[in-house]
Amino acid sequence: MFKAGVCAVTGAVLATFLAGQADAATKLTIATVNNGDMVRMQKLADDFTTKNPDIELEWVTLEENILRQRVTTDIATKGGQYDVMTIGTYEVPIWGEKGWLVSLNDLPSSYDVDDLLPAIRGGLTVNDQLYASPFYGESSMVMYRKDLMAKAGMEMPKAPTWDFIGKAARAMTDKENEIYGVCLRGKAGWGENMAFLTAMSNSFGAKWFDMDWKPQFTGEAWKKTLGFYIDLMNDAGPPGASSNGFNENLALFQSGKCGMWIDATVAASFVTNPKDSKVADEVGFALAPDAGLGKRGNWLWAWSLGIPAGSQKTDEAKKFVSWATSKEYLALVASEEGWANVPPGTRTSLYENPEYAKVHFAQMTIDSINAADPTKPTVDPVPYVGVQFVAIPEFQGIATSVGQQFSAALAGAMSVDEALESAQALTERSMKKAGYIK
Amino acid sequence: MQTALFDHKKALVTVCAWAIGLAIFFPILWTILTGFKTEADAIASPPLFMGFDWTLENYNEVLERSNYFRHFMNSVVISVGSTLLGLLIAIPAAWAMAFVPAKHTKDILMWMLSTKMLPPVGVLIPIYLMFRDGGLLDTRSGLVLVLTMINLPIIIWMLYTYFKEIPGEILEAARMDGATLWSEIVYVLTPMAVPGIASTLLLNVILAWNEAFWTLNLTAAEAAPLTAFIASYSSPEGLFYAKLSAASTMAIAPILIMGWFSQKQLVRGLTFGAVK
Repeated sequence: MFKAGVCAVTGAVLATFLAGQADAATKLTIATVNNGDMVRMQKLADDFTTKNPDIELEWVTLEENILRQRVTTDIATKGGQYDVMTIGTYEVPIWGEKGWLVSLNDLPSSYDVDDLLPAIRGGLTVNDQLYASPFYGESSMVMYRKDLMAKAGMEMPKAPTWDFIGKAARAMTDKENEIYGVCLRGKAGWGENMAFLTAMSNSFGAKWFDMDWKPQFTGEAWKKTLGFYIDLMNDAGPPGASSNGFNENLALFQSGKCGMWIDATVAASFVTNPKDSKVADEVGFALAPDAGLGKRGNWLWAWSLGIPAGSQKTDEAKKFVSWATSKEYLALVASEEGWANVPPGTRTSLYENPEYAKVHFAQMTIDSINAADPTKPTVDPVPYVGVQFVAIPEFQGIATSVGQQFSAALAGAMSVDEALESAQALTERSMKKAGYIK
Repeated sequence: MQTALFDHKKALVTVCAWAIGLAIFFPILWTILTGFKTEADAIASPPLFMGFDWTLENYNEVLERSNYFRHFMNSVVISVGSTLLGLLIAIPAAWAMAFVPAKHTKDILMWMLSTKMLPPVGVLIPIYLMFRDGGLLDTRSGLVLVLTMINLPIIIWMLYTYFKEIPGEILEAARMDGATLWSEIVYVLTPMAVPGIASTLLLNVILAWNEAFWTLNLTAAEAAPLTAFIASYSSPEGLFYAKLSAASTMAIAPILIMGWFSQKQLVRGLTFGAVK
């Protein structure tokens, strides 16, 4: 029986192995991340293939970090595995500068490139060349429980300060009943706690590097940032916050355990969806807080579609990118799935549409996006681009190590001063090794 | 009195064995259960063990969104293909090392094992470039090749250990009876080592089935196995635990079923020579 089974499987394997593979004439391989908007695009892709019957679409959907590793290897080695890649505002300036991406400056006039939101377009442009088209854009904002805020006898302003957030969080906290005033990212990682803390530090007047690329963690502004964050989380945050990322905080907020949550604007559609969220009817929104220095603690990100320079099918790829990031695509989503499901944060015309204005988080999303400027992210001038990141190739590694120090400080394993000194030392070492400083 | 004590001991050992077994199996059970929950029930606090509304919507969505059968076939071809190719190379190699050892056989064995100590990411770029130039990226043949190479040290080591248990005198007797080298390996050695070969085969199929570094990095659309299928349902920004659990259950089910049916061979092979 066992032998027969082995023989059958072996036969089937060899037959399939030897069968070979047939290639379609013009097949576009598209690498995407797994999120609601991208999955929706795959479902609606028939609209594109009907209009372009000579093009076949092949989707490769991967988890964000795996996708990043995968497409980076492929584009750096000119592997040519993908014709369209989903990339973020971190990759575009670096890859565009290296000549790894095809310029999209020659998209047809019907694409209306001037309609793209200036902040997002700026983050995807290098030396006047648009290297990726934004599929959806996001910033961060405060999501809060209106009922808990009222119970605490406070009222959330449209543009709160960090002081207000601190007071409100402590007033809303009721640890006995597992209600925590504020939920913030604590999990170590350049795209996890460091995305939040870097954006927050901008509002406190801190920066990663001065104009000579010297790390600035031992300055007063970083001490204020990290000190405020850790005190706040100790007083009003959930237990085990040092291992909480977006998903963990989303689960806490949706199950009614957070008074406030400062995170990606894309979360607005999740927390207001009554199918998944217990508090859907009680959620209010406000801009990310500031400290009165002219910068808010919000970030800017856009998942965008770029074409690797190694692709042999750039004309077809441009057709697809034009379709997926067009005004017509937004209208298609609205007609099929409603305005609340339209990919946000890419086009000015969307926010001028009276139908879209009825979506109750739409205005706060655009206000948050407009409040971030990736080319001038900090109070003082800096030599880098990026709000919640520094667009240099070394950043991912450095920020993940720094994030581990800050996460350890949140867990109580080291003090704020020790974490900052350690961050300063390891960043200095890496920047010296990379040749930015001597 | 002595019998009662023995029964108590036996019962305690049985309870401990079951407790450990359940503890090991619990994450898999939890994954299977979560696959039948709604996304809201999947993150409920306190967690829901059984008292939830069972649904097949996650499985429907996964089957609608992904080409499960293609990923499944890729996994079968890659894991079985790489194991068979590995055995083809490893049986003669292990025979030579077990029965005709040279001065440096032990060093060679250690050297082979040392290749497993290198972090795979250290050789990603060279292998990626070789695959690109050889046209092997995103092909099943490329993955069969790379997984064969990766698992070969383990296959040779396992077979070497089993072959060492077989008395050399039996092979000598076969030679005296006029058996050629081919006959000796095929008709004398292999039948005696079937339990060992079977367990090596099964273990390596499992290892290749679960391999997630090379199978993710060297594939895109055509040759992506079930590891890529699972990765497509994980997301750091969005709660898709129920769908991810459904996808994971579908990915591990075939290998669990195979392990269940072949557990006798697996255990017999793994304990081969353990009791003399």
